[in-house]
Formats: sequence, structure tokens, C-alpha cells
Amino acid sequence: MSLPPSEQSFAGSVASPGLALGPICLHLTATVAAAAATQGTPDEERRALEAAIAAAHARLAELAEVSDPMAGEILTVQIAFLEDPELAAPALAAIAGGDSAMAAWRAAMNEQIAGYQESDNAYFRARAADLIDLRDRVADGLGGKTAVASSPQTDAILVAEDLPPSRFLETDWSCYRGAVLTQGSAASHVAMLARARGIPLLIGLDADPSVLSDGAAAVLDAEGGRLIQHPATATLDRYRQRLARLRADATANAVFLDKPAVTADGTRVQVCLNVDDPAILESLDPGTCDGIGLTRSEFLFFADTGLPDEETQFQAYLRLLSWADGKPVTVRTLDAGGDKPIAGLTPEREANPFLGQRGLRLSLARPDVFRVQLRALARAAARGPLKVMVPMVTAPAELDRARALFQEVVDDLLAEGLEARLPPLGMMVEVPAAALAIATFDADFYSIGSNDLVQYVTAASRDNAAVADLYDPLNPAVIELIGRVAGHGAATDREVSLCGDMAAEPKFLTPLLGTGLRVLSVAPASLAQTKAAVSRCTLAGGG
Amino acid sequence: MTPEPERMAGPGVVEGRVQVNHPIGLHARPSVKLTQLAKSFRAAVRLRAAEEEDWVDAKSIVRVMALKVKVGQTLVFEADGADAAQAVHDLVALVERNFDELAAE
Repeated sequence: MSLPPSEQSFAGSVASPGLALGPICLHLTATVAAAAATQGTPDEERRALEAAIAAAHARLAELAEVSDPMAGEILTVQIAFLEDPELAAPALAAIAGGDSAMAAWRAAMNEQIAGYQESDNAYFRARAADLIDLRDRVADGLGGKTAVASSPQTDAILVAEDLPPSRFLETDWSCYRGAVLTQGSAASHVAMLARARGIPLLIGLDADPSVLSDGAAAVLDAEGGRLIQHPATATLDRYRQRLARLRADATANAVFLDKPAVTADGTRVQVCLNVDDPAILESLDPGTCDGIGLTRSEFLFFADTGLPDEETQFQAYLRLLSWADGKPVTVRTLDAGGDKPIAGLTPEREANPFLGQRGLRLSLARPDVFRVQLRALARAAARGPLKVMVPMVTAPAELDRARALFQEVVDDLLAEGLEARLPPLGMMVEVPAAALAIATFDADFYSIGSNDLVQYVTAASRDNAAVADLYDPLNPAVIELIGRVAGHGAATDREVSLCGDMAAEPKFLTPLLGTGLRVLSVAPASLAQTKAAVSRCTLAGGG
Repeated sequence: MTPEPERMAGPGVVEGRVQVNHPIGLHARPSVKLTQLAKSFRAAVRLRAAEEEDWVDAKSIVRVMALKVKVGQTLVFEADGADAAQAVHDLVALVERNFDELAAE
């Protein structure tokens, strides 16, 4: 009797979060059969290639018809490539010189693909995947293979080296619960498509594909970033419970998504979204939230293309406004420093970065960078209900300087003949000194950043397990400070919101609403759960 | 197969230059728009990045994308034919309008 195979766990990066259990379904590139079909005359080979290209074109056009706009756009570009005679020109020349259609096509495409792979620009490098997709689709046609790979299993975990966009689109996702790629990039179209469709996806799996077996039981943990092959019974049970809980919660909470959040005793609570990466918005309906309560503009600054210029930022802010469809969009200016270093911008070797030059402190020290962001924001504010807030404000003078700089930028833009507007300027309340003396800050609105506030009030780091019990959002000092800010907002008719992780934890909701707070902002994944928790809350007699 | 455009030297050759301000550069979607527009003219149109010497056919997306033009680079257009002036004018305008992608987003 042979022993059951032992559990193997492989690390990967989460490109689209989720959890899936099922058999592995391997879709690895078959090594191109060396025994090529008999080669025809140059004329026959040319006709074979032209027919394969025409077939690929027809199939992509068919897919484009039924695809959503984002996917349709990817296909439009691929179709334009197939329609361009230049694509096949080098291959046809080689065929005329005596090469087989397959050899000529692959060689010609590989040369183009290499050109994109060599680029120093991440965007153009990622386009190599689109061309590989075209190469293989036409090559499959030449080899007589049908393009659509049918799966023998259902509820499987698709494992491939990479998954070109058109393959992703024609994959019948009702057969799969998730996908794992041994290659792939988070900037790729596939990562974007998977997030939009809510398909769990791990990329860059740290495993030699030969150790994975087709049909083997597996766990795809796209929360913790692992693929577990042959899971032990205990492991499987643990994930089954987790999955059951996730599903039950999701079903119960989904009911609340389309309705405004109202407590059990009838108080309306606004629930907005925190946006770290606008790509996630593709899959969200703005009707399910009360706007964007926090945009972490750092997403613009972590690209490998250097600091973002005004146009790049302007376009990104417009995209948020366009998505929100008339609902307010709050953008936080760059909050670099602390645990978020940016090369060439944040100070190096600070003894204590969390008490150093971070947030607004850094922006005021680097007006060259800050002005670019303020210009883009002022231009976007002329187009829709944009609100801007500055992080890590400690003294009223900092807020005043930010406002003066913002006004200067607006005046400059108007003088240049551009549309611009000074949007409502708010502040993050995360430094205890600001919370205590909140009435001395002339902000248009206040947003409590509970992650930093709790850390600074309790002098306990969020990520140090040794002091985790001290990092307590319910510490009476924290609740008192939140209440102080909420009270000041109510007295002066200024909006107060809370946008830290505390807002998304149901057990903190009653004490939070008890302080008088009525606006919360949470991550998209927590939206339904937060609205459901609000509906269970009773305020009367509480707080 | 469209041959590489010949060196244009005739009296009817029109030239235009324009800087690419689109944040991602001349990427996939703008390349589709640019080549589609170029194809709507009878004139032969070619293009190159200002700092490169090699011209490419502005009607070929394969060639245009392969230039991998990034934000901040300047494009040079050259057209020859009856509607050459209109072609260069319209293509420069398309790049200046950021391929109609920024305002409408």
C-alpha cells in the first residue's frame, strides 16, 4: 500500500484575492511537437499561414463582440495587429525563401516579442504577453489544434505558465474556481481582468511546474499567497471552514449592498470606499457606496516610471470622478514616509520614520513635488465633486500653508487659461495633538485616520506582536479623541469621517457611532459587511 | 505588403512635429487611433521619434507600436500626396488632444 502524497505548499503573489479548493488543472504549453507535419510547397505554406491568421482574426472578432469594454479594448488592439500586413510580412518572406509556415511565423513573432521584452518600460514589456498570445493562437491554427481548451474537470484550479488575455476571455470560468500562474505580472491585463471578475489569481508561483500534478487536490489561498498541493486533511478542513464562512457572510451581507446603510433604529450612516488602486473600481458599482472617502494617492507614486507628472495625475483623478458618477471623491495628498518610502523623495536613515518627515511635513518640504499634485487636483476639482485632504497635520500653521499653496496654484492655473477650482480642503486627524486641539484647525472637513491615531495615542506599533494587546482601538483615550473631533464637527457643521481599519471591524461599530460619528470609509472588500453591521446597530440608549 | 516608405524629397512633402504628453506614451489604444487616422488619407505618411533616425509607416500598427514612444518624446510626421497637409495637420492634432483619452475619461 502506498502512502498518500504529502502536502506541498508553494508561495506566490496575490494578483486577485480570494480562496478556492479543487483539483489542479494543468494548462502548460505543450513543447512544440518536433515532428512537424510534412512541409508543403512555398505556395501551400503561404496559404496555410494566411488561413491561420484569418481564422485567428475571425475568432478574436467573435470574442470582441461579446466582451465587456475593458476586454474588448485589448482584443481591438490584437485584431488591429492581425489586420496589419506588416505583422506577417517577415514570415511570408521567409516562407518564399523555403521555410515552413510554422517555423517562419514563430521566428518572425519571436523577434517582435523580444523587442517588447527588452523595453525599459513596464507598459511596453507587458505588451509582449499580448503578442505571445497572437503567436500561439495562429500557431495552434497552423498545427490544426482547436483554440479552445476544454477542461475535463469542474471547479478546478487552473495552473498555467501565463494566461494571455484572449485565452482568459475564452476560458469558461464556470469550470474553474481560480487560477495560478508560474509567471505573469500584476501589471498585466490578466491580473486586471481577474480582479474585475473576482477570480482568485496567484502569479509568480515559486514552483517548478513539473512537481504539480494534473488532477491533484489543491488549495488556492489568494489571501495568504499560497498554492497547497495534496493538502492534509487538517489543512483541507481549515480551509473548508474558512471558505464556508466567507460564503455565508458574503451571501448574508450582499443583501445590504444595494441599500443605504441605516441602523436598526433608523439612523442613516454614510459608508464610503477607501481606494488604494483604482483598478478595483472596474468591478464595483458606485451605487453601492456613498462616494470615495479616501483615495491613497500613493498608488500614483509607486510606479517604476518615476514621479507622476501633472497630466498622469489629472487623468487618474478624472477617472475617479467619472466612476463615482456625481458622488463625492476624496483624495488624500501624498502620504509618503513612515512605512511608505519612495526613492528619491522620502528622507533616508531617519532614526524614527513614524515621528519623522512624513505626510504633509514632507510635501511642504518638497513644494516642487507638492505643487504638481495640487495643480492636477485643482484642475480635476473644476470637473466634479472632488475633495482634498492632507495627512499628518500637527499644527494649524501647516494646514494654513497648504491652503495658501493650493490657492496660489489655482491662481496660476486660471492665469494660464486652464479650468481650475479650489476644492474643499480637509485634514486627516491622526496626530493626538491635532485631535486634542481640533477647534484650532480651520479645515473644511475632518477625516480620522484611526490606524495612525491608535498607534500614536497608545505608543504601540501596529505590526509588533509583542505590544499588540496595547494597540487597542477601544482604549478610552482613543474613543474620547474621536468623540472630541465628532463633537467639534457637529458643532461647526463640518463633516467628520473615519477611514482607518477600525471602521470595517463590526465589533467597533457601536462605540464609534456612539461618539456621534456618521460617516465611515472602508476597503471595497469590507463594504457589504460594514453596511450589514450598521443595520444591526442600535444607537438609542447606547453611546 | 506595404514597403518601408521611401525617403520623401518631393516638393509636396509636408512635415509636422508634436510632443507626446499622454502619460503612458504611444501605447496600444492610441496606436490604433493613430494608424486608423493615417489610413484614412491617400498620402503616404511616415513617422519617427525625433531622436531616432528610422522612419516607419504611420499606417502600420505593428511598426508604430514597435517605436515604443514614451511620454515627453517628440514625434516627427512626414506625408506626401494630394492630402498630405491635411494628414499631417490631423495627426498632429490627434496627438495634441492626447488621442481624445484624457478629457472624456
